[in-house]
Amino acid sequence: MMGQPVPQRVSPTTQPHRGVEGEAPAALPLEGATRAPPIAEKPVTKHPPEVPMTPGSTGLVLEEPLLCELSRPGRQSCSLPHANDVPTRAPEATLPAALLRQTPAALPEISEADLVRHFTRLSSWNYCKDAGFFPLGSCTMKHNPRTNEAVAALPGFAYLHPYQDSGTAQGALALIAALEEALKAISGMEAISTCPAAGSHGELTGLMVIRAYLQDRGDPRSRVLIPDSAHGTNPASAAICGYRVTQIPSGPDGLLEPSTVANAMSDDVAAIMVTNPNTLGIFERNIREICDIVHARGGLVYCDGANLNALMGIAQIGEMGVDVMHFNLHKTFTTPHGGGGPGAGPIGVRQPLAPYLPIPRVVKTAAGYGWDASAPKSIGRIKAFYGNFGMLVRAYTYIREMGAPGLRHASEYAVLNANYIRAQLTASYHLPYATPALHECVLTDKWQQPGGVKTLDIAKRLMDYGFHPPTIYFPLLVAGAMMIEPTETESKESCDQFIAAMRAIAKEAQHTPATLTEAPHHTFRRRLDEVMAARSPILTWHQLKG
Amino acid sequence: MRYLPHTPDDIDAMLRTIGAASIDALFQSIPDALRLKGPLALPPACSEPELWRALQGLAEQNATPQRWASFLGGGSYRHFIPAVVWQLVSRGEFLTPYTPYQPELSQGTLQAIFEYQSMMCELFGLDIANASTYDLSTGIVEAVFMAQRITRRSEYCVMQNVHPEIRAVTRTIVGLNPAAQATLVPYTRAGTVDLAALQCVLRPTCSACVVQYPSFFGTIEDLRPIADAVHAAGALLIVAVPDPIAMGLIEAPGTMGADIVVAEGQALGNPTSYGGPYVGIFATRTAYVRQMPGRLTGVTSDVLGRRSFVLTLTTREQHIRRERATSNLCTNQQLCALATTIYTAWLGKEGFRRLARINWEKAEYAREELTRLAGVRATFSAPTFHECVITLPCPAASLLAALQEDRIFGGIALSRWYDDLPNALLVCVTEENTREEIDRFVAAVERHIRG
Ligand SMILES: Cc1ncc(COP(=O)(O)O)c(C=O)c1O
Repeated sequence: MMGQPVPQRVSPTTQPHRGVEGEAPAALPLEGATRAPPIAEKPVTKHPPEVPMTPGSTGLVLEEPLLCELSRPGRQSCSLPHANDVPTRAPEATLPAALLRQTPAALPEISEADLVRHFTRLSSWNYCKDAGFFPLGSCTMKHNPRTNEAVAALPGFAYLHPYQDSGTAQGALALIAALEEALKAISGMEAISTCPAAGSHGELTGLMVIRAYLQDRGDPRSRVLIPDSAHGTNPASAAICGYRVTQIPSGPDGLLEPSTVANAMSDDVAAIMVTNPNTLGIFERNIREICDIVHARGGLVYCDGANLNALMGIAQIGEMGVDVMHFNLHKTFTTPHGGGGPGAGPIGVRQPLAPYLPIPRVVKTAAGYGWDASAPKSIGRIKAFYGNFGMLVRAYTYIREMGAPGLRHASEYAVLNANYIRAQLTASYHLPYATPALHECVLTDKWQQPGGVKTLDIAKRLMDYGFHPPTIYFPLLVAGAMMIEPTETESKESCDQFIAAMRAIAKEAQHTPATLTEAPHHTFRRRLDEVMAARSPILTWHQLKG
Repeated sequence: MRYLPHTPDDIDAMLRTIGAASIDALFQSIPDALRLKGPLALPPACSEPELWRALQGLAEQNATPQRWASFLGGGSYRHFIPAVVWQLVSRGEFLTPYTPYQPELSQGTLQAIFEYQSMMCELFGLDIANASTYDLSTGIVEAVFMAQRITRRSEYCVMQNVHPEIRAVTRTIVGLNPAAQATLVPYTRAGTVDLAALQCVLRPTCSACVVQYPSFFGTIEDLRPIADAVHAAGALLIVAVPDPIAMGLIEAPGTMGADIVVAEGQALGNPTSYGGPYVGIFATRTAYVRQMPGRLTGVTSDVLGRRSFVLTLTTREQHIRRERATSNLCTNQQLCALATTIYTAWLGKEGFRRLARINWEKAEYAREELTRLAGVRATFSAPTFHECVITLPCPAASLLAALQEDRIFGGIALSRWYDDLPNALLVCVTEENTREEIDRFVAAVERHIRG
């Protein structure tokens, strides 16, 4: 702590459960690692409990070069027919020389065994939801059922071509229609489009629907109100839609206050974008009043549904006065995040906005299901074909597995887990908003800062304990935010492990801050120089070779 | 409920710790008036066997190329996907992490993105590529926005032989800005860009020109004269590539003067999946890197000096720059890009060339056989890669309906988008179409147009 004062902290209000803070076994330090400090304070017990206090990490990982470095002329992994079954012909004889590729792409030449090893080794450098607790706030990292993957891979779904006659794709269309019905039931919205490819794409699409509706009403408007707690995609999507963004502040308890909205509201405001529950995990309990204020001045209400995992079967966004919302199927409905995507971001609207939804739309006629692209008031197409169908299959499979009680329980336990973690950690970390929260909790580094430890250090140190860190430095209105969203698929033991690690880290911050500021110690790579990467970017093999 | 681990004892213990009387009490912050009173109106929960029955039932109502001969293309292509691709992609370590914002825990995904960026640059003859856009159509939107930022101009022109849905998506989104006027440039009788018409519309207010290569009609042409004209007007050339396999045979657009290439990566290892998820490959020149949309992975080192990878130049992105970001892109198509990476490495240098050649030879064979039929001719005279348009003696839509009786998807009727091409059929042939299948298709076409 280098002589710096340690902030006084309140003692825990709840007694730690037996074993939570007790005999935490150290994970084995990395063999031969440099100065890797042990990660728990007490030595390994002779008889560890069945579930260790933290998963720890042993660092069993192998180095692997780049594909271009593995490449050797003459090797190959592809297996293609040796002879074509149609007559061979020389491209030079038919195609003008100017069209023929002069230099083949410098792609790697490796055997299939090396290919498999390459990507297997790479995969071992990733932390993933399958392997452990992944409490990224706002991202809803819940278990990704393998059944969903297997269903989406059925040839009857995976091999459909977007331009095959819809009469030969009735099962796919029925599935999309049934998913629309389910999303309506869950949200209380009145019409759905499954076209958007992700949440952000859904935001843009939803705002375009609002814009088209207002223009049609002869009332084009120029501004969108966005709270300071909103995700970055909200203002970015509004800007693409041609709106000026006016940021409005959250109140002292983390809630959007009706008076703030009323003051910001004017006749040039097209819409307000709210996230409910908001990015502090707090339910915007004045949502109805806010909607009334905005509606009274002729504006519309957009709800970012990224946090729907707190509300399934509990409350319907459509009943709150919201006009348009998006769903993140890759959050609430278990389609895997895939290291960054793909997702799907369907939108739901109230009936008066339905004519403006993007084309095409699934319709049912006497002849069966089909695509309708004729809607005269539609904003038009927002993506080629029909949306990320494979993701729709996965989400629908999940909804069918869960049913109404299952989804409700999912939201209940997601909220239970977040509140449990919050209750257990508020003695160790500063809680910026005491307002009750739902599915996530936001803490800060305020108590650790005076000792020279920042949120980033806490996040990096969590890696040594075998956890993915929470979302950090978001929402932006909370300095040093750590946003923890455990989700419902984590057991009590798993939450307890995380709590134990967070508490141990808070102690380390007091006694051995360098352990944190130099963390992570046990990961495949230690802390990275992100500044260097941006100063003179090297973005390809070619640039690497210089 | 297999996805929910909580036992009654767990719940009691957790509630006691929280100091709440019940789970319901945790939701007290939601006003009673907003609380749902009854259960959600959803079908009953299913066990896994029940789920399989229901979903397999839906899947079986759909016709697939396993039992049907398919000559469908038009931006979605059926190529052979080796088992190794999805065996690797499906590893939980790739499937279940989030975006690699914490690089120390994401080196696998980050190195894979770096390799993807590198190989895509090799394929298209450009310097840098991002980690992906949603697909080709939305990638073209991003490319036009980027060109507008670089040139500080608003208008753009787009060729009429660009995929009609790409044009529609661009119109919908780029057109949100009333100043972003689009000019449609006609095609020639060869099916190529009408260069003279293009030159007429290349005003000093034009930011970019969007061409497709091979075009929606499957035609290929030398992009150099187009690039010269576009550059002379101070605009950027944006090239849409619907199937990257063509890069094994024809010259890379970057080499011919393209400033931005957006390709549909679906064909590289991803199933057609009824139109998505696909992956937009987005490549450009180094000079434009700070105007790029989407994520970029770069090289750095850790505190021990070991080579490592990290997301970089993030100040372009929405989570930092908010309404001034270069794009609203957040979740992208990473897993599909990974499939593309593994598939491209599987094909390798030689395989890529060979596969392109196989596709081209089969398509040439099919076109020759089809245009040998009485009353059938090639609609356009320009050379093609693996797709071509033929003019029939009857409306293409009615032939397609008739072919379905033979379990053949005969292609795409262009009348849907081009009023002046009522009898034109877009036919795609890949390595997945056997000669026997092509012959059966040709025979069926002959039978139907005669009958
Ligand atoms: C609150 C919130 N809104 C919107 C988004 C954007 O969603 P997507 O990443 O699917 O575009 C996110 C995703 O992180 C989010 O957390």
